[in-house]
Amino acid sequence: MAEEEELSGNKADIDARFTELYKTHLRDVYSYSYYRVGNHHDAEDLTEQTFLQAYRHFERALREANGRPLRPWLIRIAHNLAANFYRDRSRKPESGIEDADMISAPHTTESLVEGREQLKSILDGVQQLPDDRREALIMRFALGMDNREIARALGRTDGATKVLLHRAIRQLEGLVSEPAPQPEEALQ
Amino acid sequence: MSSGAADFEALLRQALAPVEPPADLAHRLESTLVSLTELAQEELDAWELSAMRDPRNWVRPVVAAVVGASAGTALVVLRVRARHRARKQRSKNPIELVERTFQDAVEEARRILRRR
Repeated sequence: MAEEEELSGNKADIDARFTELYKTHLRDVYSYSYYRVGNHHDAEDLTEQTFLQAYRHFERALREANGRPLRPWLIRIAHNLAANFYRDRSRKPESGIEDADMISAPHTTESLVEGREQLKSILDGVQQLPDDRREALIMRFALGMDNREIARALGRTDGATKVLLHRAIRQLEGLVSEPAPQPEEALQ
Repeated sequence: MSSGAADFEALLRQALAPVEPPADLAHRLESTLVSLTELAQEELDAWELSAMRDPRNWVRPVVAAVVGASAGTALVVLRVRARHRARKQRSKNPIELVERTFQDAVEEARRILRRR
């Protein structure tokens, strides 16, 4: 109760902490949203809604976090909103990432064309994974979250999350290493 | 971990590189928040947010830290405020009114940014 009074009595501090959270994690929320929905337009909507929801529940989240990082909580909001987004609008996740050129950004030489193809096939494979595996991979590799953070965001145990990630990577490796279907096979 | 697995994870890390948000996203989000604080105190109260009694306290620092309030913000406020009565008539309860107001502000901010 004393902690509650302290929080409500110090709104300026709470606002400053929300500002810090927003500045620190805007890219995380946007990256998660982008890989989740597959295009910039919807990723922007999802990011906006996430931060508005986050502010709405921020005071309680601070109390309940007990000093733990708030990033998993923020990503969980985005995760729930994304689920609602598809349900409400009767949309499906897009089959691929909208801007394939994005993956060429870290590369600067033409010699990496083959590498780009490989990265593209990995991205395509990620989109084919079951939702929970895809999300775990996005959190680990796009956001750099550790097992404990991912577990909190997905509402799972640390052990279950470790297994989920392992299986996701193995399945993705299998998808990427499958030979591309030949034209005549694709027609059958 | 085998080197093959490590290589694959390195590729995965490259493929899923973090995506920088578009420059106008932060601007629009902050403008929207500013708009809401200025146009809809009664609506925000209905949102049952104990922490939102004076949202100016937190929206302002965010805006000041990144972009600053713009002329676009003022336009959003004016246009969204002008449609307040229509939204109120269509809304069944205060929460729905808040949601309509928010959507309206987002759409208006988007329209203004598209014209720039």
